[in-house]
Amino acid sequence: MSRIEIREDRCKGCLLCTTVCPEGILIQGDKLNSKGYKVIMCDPAKKEKCRGCAFCAEICPDGVILVFKTKKEK
Amino acid sequence: MTKVSEKQVFSMPKCLNDVPTHFCPGCHHGIIHRLVAEAIDAFQLEDKAICVGSVGCSVFIYNYIDVDSVEAPHGRAPAVATGVKRARPDAFVFAYQGDGDLAAIGLSEIIHCANRGEKVSIIFVNNSVYGMTGGQMAPTTLVGQKTTTTPYGRSPQNEGYPLKMAELIGSLEGCAFSARVAVNNIKNIIKAKKAIKKAFLAQLKNKGFGFVEFLSACPTNWHLTPLEANKRVETEMMAYFPLGIYKDIVE
Amino acid sequence: MSSKKLLVKGNEAVAIGAIDGGVECYFAYPITPQSDIPEYLSRELVKLGGTFLQAESEIASINMVLGAAAAGKRAMTSSSGPGISLKQEGISYIAGSELPAVIVNMMRGGPGLGGIQPSQGDYFQATRGGGHGDYRTMVLAPSTCQECYDLTIEAFDLAFKYRNPVMILGDAILGQMKEPIVRWKERSIDPNEAIKWCLTGKKGRKQRIIKSLRLEEGSMEALNEKLMKKYKDMEQDIKWEEFMVEDAEVVAVAFGSIGRIVKSTARKLRSKGYKVGVFRPITLFPFPYKQLREVAKKGKRFITIENNTGQMVEDVRLALCGICETEFFANMPGKVSTPEDFIEPIENMFK
Repeated sequence: MSRIEIREDRCKGCLLCTTVCPEGILIQGDKLNSKGYKVIMCDPAKKEKCRGCAFCAEICPDGVILVFKTKKEK
Repeated sequence: MTKVSEKQVFSMPKCLNDVPTHFCPGCHHGIIHRLVAEAIDAFQLEDKAICVGSVGCSVFIYNYIDVDSVEAPHGRAPAVATGVKRARPDAFVFAYQGDGDLAAIGLSEIIHCANRGEKVSIIFVNNSVYGMTGGQMAPTTLVGQKTTTTPYGRSPQNEGYPLKMAELIGSLEGCAFSARVAVNNIKNIIKAKKAIKKAFLAQLKNKGFGFVEFLSACPTNWHLTPLEANKRVETEMMAYFPLGIYKDIVE
Repeated sequence: MSSKKLLVKGNEAVAIGAIDGGVECYFAYPITPQSDIPEYLSRELVKLGGTFLQAESEIASINMVLGAAAAGKRAMTSSSGPGISLKQEGISYIAGSELPAVIVNMMRGGPGLGGIQPSQGDYFQATRGGGHGDYRTMVLAPSTCQECYDLTIEAFDLAFKYRNPVMILGDAILGQMKEPIVRWKERSIDPNEAIKWCLTGKKGRKQRIIKSLRLEEGSMEALNEKLMKKYKDMEQDIKWEEFMVEDAEVVAVAFGSIGRIVKSTARKLRSKGYKVGVFRPITLFPFPYKQLREVAKKGKRFITIENNTGQMVEDVRLALCGICETEFFANMPGKVSTPEDFIEPIENMFK
């Protein structure tokens, strides 16, 4: 499964990424980063569904998300 | 036996300093800065580019996009860019301006720069309000929109109508490419990337002036949440400022 | 190149001086009485591969100069009073960004739209900033067509030496009068003149940022201290002329075209037995305070004569402070003077 890396200290809690994830994986957690923003997180129940499409990273204004796509080769 | 390999498919552009920005949560400047940096990387312009910065929330662009940069007085970036490009025609010269800078105080400079067909590329961020100075009316503020200097809503009788810059610039002979885009969703971000590329190509292929107007959100001065502000770009701004390509003679 | 003698207008002498002084980019907007300068350069600069552009306004042209200067090129603009007023913000930015630039002001009558008659009414604007902030423009005041040529060449060298705007302050008389000049300088461009600081595209090196925004702690203080020292250093390039001053009883202080006319007045008065001399500042900033003071210590009496209602006279008073006073004669803006106009005011000094 693909995955994203969330650089929590860069998140400003704008939630734009939540509008574009096709699987609805991204949700706002309760954790505050050092700047006082509620950081984004992956819903543990849906995390496996990540396709590595990078839509979240594309719309993020703050470079919070890095995306790693997993390919299965036979 | 299946082999699983992982590849990083999204990373920050090389010429964008990977640092936290001063922009408000949900401000589209962050996205647009990155798209510009991606285009600079794609065309390998980092060592050739000279950025002309302007006055507004984007004044610190030189701290984010790591290229040679000069700061222009408010509104004058197209004139400064003209001077830079005429002095160093081999450099890749681009400017980045907000709606006050470009469409109010700088209206003469942008029109004449485009009219002369200067081989420069200009990114215009239109968020229908003055951000840095705290939310006053901009030339692109919509009719009825409340700002700190139009507390009763913009009135055409008093303030006139919002300016449509992409259309205006696109009507000029010297302009090789003019488009209006947005970054409120993925489909529009993809179109925006194509538009920046074309505006850059207008310079690289020596065709003429390249211009991209970005509809952008300003949650703080619109007094909306980032999500609401993002929605407003679609529901209110696009109706008056249609997305599209208004001039394209770049093959 | 053998030196050539040409009969030219003062404006043309400025333009020719710019060419021989190595101007690469010239941006300007027409305004009387200096439009000969863009007209000349529009023909000649392009022949030499330079850039000529008539901008949409004086504001646009000073900003084009800023851009070309940031790219390390010898760049110039020219105008008259109302246009120079428009350029003030740009000049402040050029000074604050420590860029070299040459700005020519051929003064006309003012204030406001004024007229195309001569005046020296922009002295304050030139020497006291004109724009905002703690900066100074180096100001050179030619009084002959030859000086228009010579000082424009020097202005470029000074601008690059100090990385500062330098102004040529002439007027309608100088701009429009014709005199022979000797063209002694061969044009040469040094493409690496500004290579240590200008913008070229990174080309593998670290990013350079040319700006005047100073928000980081201590940075605004640091810039202003640097500029203050720079303006002190400029004093080594102070220029002035002492004409028949040595044995003079009365010294007239005048600059530019008036300085030259007063020299003729002095000659006339000398033939009548009056011991008159002329002290002519050529750099108006930095002003030759020390040099004028030295003359004052010798017990001379002074009269300041200008084509305005009293501007350089304040610098003269500063120079003479504690030693003596100066009389002042205002030659009204708009009045085209002859040497006879100044005979009575100077003669009165002897009564």
